[in-house]
Amino acid sequence: MDVSVWLANSWAFLLALAVFIYVVLDGFDLGLGVLYPFFPKEKDRDLLMNTVAPVWDGNETWLVLGGGGLFAAFPLAYGIIMPALYVPIIAMLLALIFRGVAFEFRWRTKRWKKYWDMAFIGGSTLAAFSQGIALGALLQGIKVDGRAYSGGWWDWLSPFSFLTGLAVIAGYALLGSTWLIMKTEGDVESRARKLAWGFGLATIGFIAIVSLFTPYLETEYYRRWFEMPGLFVTIPMPVIIAFITFYLFKSLNIHHHEYRPFILSILLFALCFIGLGISMYPYIIPTEVTIVEAATPFISQIFMFVGACVLIPIILGYTIYAYWVFRGKVSHDEGYH
Amino acid sequence: MFENFDAILLARIQFAFTIAFHFIFPAFTIGLASYLAVLNGSYLKTKDKAYLQLFNFWVKIFAITFAMGVVSGITMSYQFGTNWSIFSDIAGPVIGPLMAYEVLTAFFLEAGFLGIMLFGRDRVGPKLHMFACSMVAFGTAISATWILSVNSWMHTPDGYVLAENGQYIPVDWMKVIFTPSFPYRLAHTLTAAYLTTAFIVGGVGAWHLLKGRSDNKGVRTMFSMAMWMIAITAPLQIFLGDLHGLNTLEYQPQKVMAMEGHYESHPEGAPLYLFGIPDDEEQTLKYAVGIPKLSSLILKHDLNAPMAGLDTIPDDEQPPVAIVFWSFRIMVGIGFLMLGAAIVGLWARFRGALYDHKFLHRFMLLMGPSGLVAVLAGWITTEVGRQPYTIWKLLRTEHSASPLDAPAVGASLLAFIIVYFFVFGAGVFYILRLMSKPPKINDMGMNAEEGPIRTAGTTPAQQTQSHHSEMISSIQKEKE
Repeated sequence: MDVSVWLANSWAFLLALAVFIYVVLDGFDLGLGVLYPFFPKEKDRDLLMNTVAPVWDGNETWLVLGGGGLFAAFPLAYGIIMPALYVPIIAMLLALIFRGVAFEFRWRTKRWKKYWDMAFIGGSTLAAFSQGIALGALLQGIKVDGRAYSGGWWDWLSPFSFLTGLAVIAGYALLGSTWLIMKTEGDVESRARKLAWGFGLATIGFIAIVSLFTPYLETEYYRRWFEMPGLFVTIPMPVIIAFITFYLFKSLNIHHHEYRPFILSILLFALCFIGLGISMYPYIIPTEVTIVEAATPFISQIFMFVGACVLIPIILGYTIYAYWVFRGKVSHDEGYH
Repeated sequence: MFENFDAILLARIQFAFTIAFHFIFPAFTIGLASYLAVLNGSYLKTKDKAYLQLFNFWVKIFAITFAMGVVSGITMSYQFGTNWSIFSDIAGPVIGPLMAYEVLTAFFLEAGFLGIMLFGRDRVGPKLHMFACSMVAFGTAISATWILSVNSWMHTPDGYVLAENGQYIPVDWMKVIFTPSFPYRLAHTLTAAYLTTAFIVGGVGAWHLLKGRSDNKGVRTMFSMAMWMIAITAPLQIFLGDLHGLNTLEYQPQKVMAMEGHYESHPEGAPLYLFGIPDDEEQTLKYAVGIPKLSSLILKHDLNAPMAGLDTIPDDEQPPVAIVFWSFRIMVGIGFLMLGAAIVGLWARFRGALYDHKFLHRFMLLMGPSGLVAVLAGWITTEVGRQPYTIWKLLRTEHSASPLDAPAVGASLLAFIIVYFFVFGAGVFYILRLMSKPPKINDMGMNAEEGPIRTAGTTPAQQTQSHHSEMISSIQKEKE
């Protein structure tokens, strides 16, 4: 393979990895916002917040890498996708503002605390929904003319994108509840287990519907999934998902399984991600622009690639360290009073 | 409501609005992160509790400011694509990698160590905690370096070629990163950030001194440290600003013409206009009050040096003069007031009256937010002064925007305005409230006594207890 083609594909892989890490990490902390209404007690809400306070900032940085990386490695795709998804992206940005400041503001006021809690719920849920919509809109296709977006500013809205929006909310809530199983104890943990059941079922349901819907969006997708050699993935994929789902629900009922539900939920997300990759590759904007077409020139790709190969392992290193520092369960009765 | 605006004007207003709001936060956190690292280091070295007390006082303010900087910054990183997609496509190969490096080397560093800095003192030990504080401070400076490299390339592009598909392609990364205006811009902006923080810290110190809290050692220390910082950086900044101006004159002469209000050329030495009303239509500075030949002396170090005016520049290449002219005067005016504060501060200190000088304290309180105003004015000067170009002489602003309908940009602009004023207004209120309370000896920082406990992670009852009991015992010792 040509070096520049290889490099473009490597970048696409790195970007996909960054987005996946983002989805898992910010997924569980956005999920906490979705779960907030199920924990009406102030004490429990403080606890939920405390489980992520030291790490949410790092989680969100992967989103900046996702956007920044797309701009840097595939400026053409960035310049087409962003205007096409204008409304969901702006909605996500505004939502992230509310939930981001809620982390700090709710501790600084008594009277307004419940309103910042509402900002946290609304911001997290809307951010998850917008991200799901953006995904759905990308999958269903974007109008391109020359080097620019040529559709209107409501093209993203469709039953399918609405569906993927709800799917992401459910999925993040599953990640959030399994995170809580890992990080809390007692009452909060058992409630998290019940919530994980509910949102787990919802997530599986959405995965099934979205998976059935997707091949009919584009003939290209259909061909990939239902004609040889696509059948090699089409048949095992549901089997593997069923397998993981079975173990996920089983682990939810076993009290000493604290890490397993979270890890199995991440695996579920990983499989969906691989499925997306199968549908989309080698396109970066499905059926319009390929990864290689959108790639920035070789000199730009290689300049960043060298740095990314050195820096990403270092980043992962200190991110893991930060998680390790704040490892273990958080409890109510920790205190100074 | 937006029928009379076109999408590009709305996109410009949106960018100006969101970046102006965003800029306020890093301008403060760059300096504050370093200040916190210095406070923490001083505490570890001297074991003087006043430094720890100050660290715990300012770290809460830092946490709020940092969160607002992050959330408003994410908007910026996506706005290049949403509102300026054509620019992103054309300039992406050059500036995209620089911004990716900013994420990889700076944002992750800040975010990764922020948790440990805020909540980790008792978990990781003093050395690692100090390391985390330093990494956060270091990250803010690296971030400024990359983004100013991007900005400088847009002002003085170098090291690129134009490709067939219309994109600018880098050919020499060293030239792309280190463009002619970059060192001046970086030095001027970083110093501005340190000055801004010094004036905010000094203003808060002055407030507590005016409230008669000069027996609080934390108050005295913060005021004294801020006045030292101002004494060093205020004169330095004027010097750096002058260098930056000379550099601008060399590479973007029409920006300097607009700053100076020079519509006409002055073949025998140009005056320095102190006041005037710029009129772009008639191409004159009305009611001009100026000092003859001083502009030539400052810019060319020669009283009679000829200076070209905007009459040598085609109409469609001129920046809007009034905005540039006035924002420049606001920045420079504040700069000299800052120098005044530095001089009065030094004078009061050498007379041994630093904590009793009422005039100085009132002046410093008034000047508290002056750094932020100066930073915004300076940024307006440099950004409006490069119009009508987004990339100097290469890409005009009107050819940079996304193919969007005006209602889309208008609606999002309205949403940003409402959300920003509401959310960041609340944030500023909480910050001011934290600032108005004096630093307390038993302040435990983010694990503050007000509100719930913020230690996340394991239940380190014995660990957090140790920090707490150490605090209590030290207070008791001091009482004895």
